[in-house]
Amino acid sequence: MNSTAIAIPPKQSGSRLLGLPRETLLSWYEDMLLVRRFEEKCAQLYGMGMIMGFCHLYNGQEAVSTGAIKGAINPDDYVITAYRDHGQAISKGVNPKAILAELLGKYTGTTKGKGGSMHIFDRATNFLGGHAIVGGHIPIAAGVAFAIKYRGEKKVCLCFLGDGATNIGAFHEGLNLAGLWKLPVIYIIENNKYGMGTAVERASAVEDLYKKAYAYNMRSEVVNGMDVLDVYQKVKAAADHARATYEPTLLEIETYRFRGHSMSDPVSGHYRTKEEVERLKQSDPIIHLAETLKEEGMISDQYLDEAEERIKQIVQECVEFAENSPEPPIDELWKDVYIERSGE
Amino acid sequence: MAIVSLREALNQAIDEEMARDERVYLMGEEVANYQGAYKVSQGLLQKWGPKRILDTPIAEAGFAGIGIGSAMLGLRPIVEFMTWNFSLVAYDQIVNNAAKMLSMSGGNFSVPVVFRGPGGAAHGLGATHSQALESVYSHFPGLKVVMPSTCKDAKGLLKSAIRDDNPIVFIESEVMYGDKGEIPDGEYTIPIGVGEVKKEGTDVTIVSWSKTLAHVVLKAVDVLQEELNISIEVIDPRTIRPMDYDLIVSSVKKTNRLVIVEEGWPFAGVGAQISHEVASRAFDELDAPVERVTQEDVPLPYAHGLEIRSLPNLDKIRAAVRKVLYLD
Repeated sequence: MNSTAIAIPPKQSGSRLLGLPRETLLSWYEDMLLVRRFEEKCAQLYGMGMIMGFCHLYNGQEAVSTGAIKGAINPDDYVITAYRDHGQAISKGVNPKAILAELLGKYTGTTKGKGGSMHIFDRATNFLGGHAIVGGHIPIAAGVAFAIKYRGEKKVCLCFLGDGATNIGAFHEGLNLAGLWKLPVIYIIENNKYGMGTAVERASAVEDLYKKAYAYNMRSEVVNGMDVLDVYQKVKAAADHARATYEPTLLEIETYRFRGHSMSDPVSGHYRTKEEVERLKQSDPIIHLAETLKEEGMISDQYLDEAEERIKQIVQECVEFAENSPEPPIDELWKDVYIERSGE
Repeated sequence: MAIVSLREALNQAIDEEMARDERVYLMGEEVANYQGAYKVSQGLLQKWGPKRILDTPIAEAGFAGIGIGSAMLGLRPIVEFMTWNFSLVAYDQIVNNAAKMLSMSGGNFSVPVVFRGPGGAAHGLGATHSQALESVYSHFPGLKVVMPSTCKDAKGLLKSAIRDDNPIVFIESEVMYGDKGEIPDGEYTIPIGVGEVKKEGTDVTIVSWSKTLAHVVLKAVDVLQEELNISIEVIDPRTIRPMDYDLIVSSVKKTNRLVIVEEGWPFAGVGAQISHEVASRAFDELDAPVERVTQEDVPLPYAHGLEIRSLPNLDKIRAAVRKVLYLD
């Protein structure tokens, strides 16, 4: 279907797009596109030696962060995640300039150059990290939800984790406590099929990861992570439920990463074939959303070109900002180890 | 001045801080219904209710993490480990999350949590339940490690720990909970990082802390002063990290001899650190190499005879004191 002829698109979408305002849908599209182009730039800068250490890119999984964070929750809700964290940070509203500056180890970065790619934090947007020990943040998320409930607030905490993290003890302790104490946390397994190079079925006795919630008296559901609308709907339902009842939910979001586990790893190899990657790239969540928007008469090709240009410009500004930012001063090395003030 | 047991002193500290600050809560295994495995939390559930006094499942990594996450949002949890030995299953939480959060987040998030419970050997608990872990936790920048030896210090230091904005490792002792001591009337705190001269002396300085100080060293000092006709100065740092080196160095400058007595193992122990600092700052003042008394370098056995032979005792302290005085 060709929608380039539409001069004045409708403000409100039809049922296929859940009746969402056009403005909302476009903001999601651009969020996903920003994450994709941001990550592509990271890959380039990594290749140029400007980003050090481990760098895990989000390509292919964009619908998850956009639908769950930008779509389904409120700005004052909390997000905590693992080390593949650029996408979630961007969707949460963390300044992408500060994220890229962080990756370049600059003083203007999200943590003044102390955290790096795997440890993005931002208090202003309630973005609680960026955690690099697999599963270690899962109990912390329960603690965030504990504090929400303790204070009688109606907020929620989204906790993103990989499929590999469902096999570690902290996952089970965290979910048991969240289920036992009814804590308003939504655990989101981003099942991209591989924990690094080990396929889910080679690592987990239960292949359907959502079933792990059964052991903790927790609601759970499977979500199509290549469809931002499905992610939005199911995370929103879980968040609404948590606000109403304080009860947690486990969502298994089926997704796929288009690149290697980290920048140090090949896209395909012993653990997955090129053919598999190419086949799954056919369900690219960004292309999928663009096509749906076009088919529903919400956007034109011209919009897509303009959006591409806008995002390119934003990423370019991120690069310029990061490159022109200063390194952290050496005396920063001894700061933030302890809070000096104490005793009140 | 009132006379209380050490468990009562700790209980008062928790109770008073809960009254003072509604963000303070206590959780751990058996702290609520059961009234505390060692009765430190006796009566607190009845007074404060289940929202603020919480029994946890046996899941140290889980509830330590809950403490950390809630502290990131501004609560002030007290997380009780039934013993510090069990903290090893929460090691990742304490070391990777609590200790590093402030730095790794570039100052975005602090973790004002107190992890507390008994450490070290009790009697016949065997290798896994008898570990003195202060050297382990004091290794990590970002943590403070506090180890009181008296009822007064226990209460005052715990109150300071609860008010501190940093993650605190607060190590008590099973065999000290029944110890009685005077505590001041009314509100008081004792600052973290400030040691105390327990007893003045002129010939030898002994540095020790917690139960080893209270139950072993002070008794040994009485015996040895009489037996060797010497005057021993005793220093209780009260906090392992930050260590009050100034107090120790000033004492060594007076006595010119130092013996460090600790319950942990010798390799990379706290005493090794103190010894280095003193050698570095007061080398010319030392009349003898620093001596250390530690547990034997073995996992602690169960049998009574082996256990007391392994831990610091009078005979080992005597040998160390005689050595720095060149009496052999």
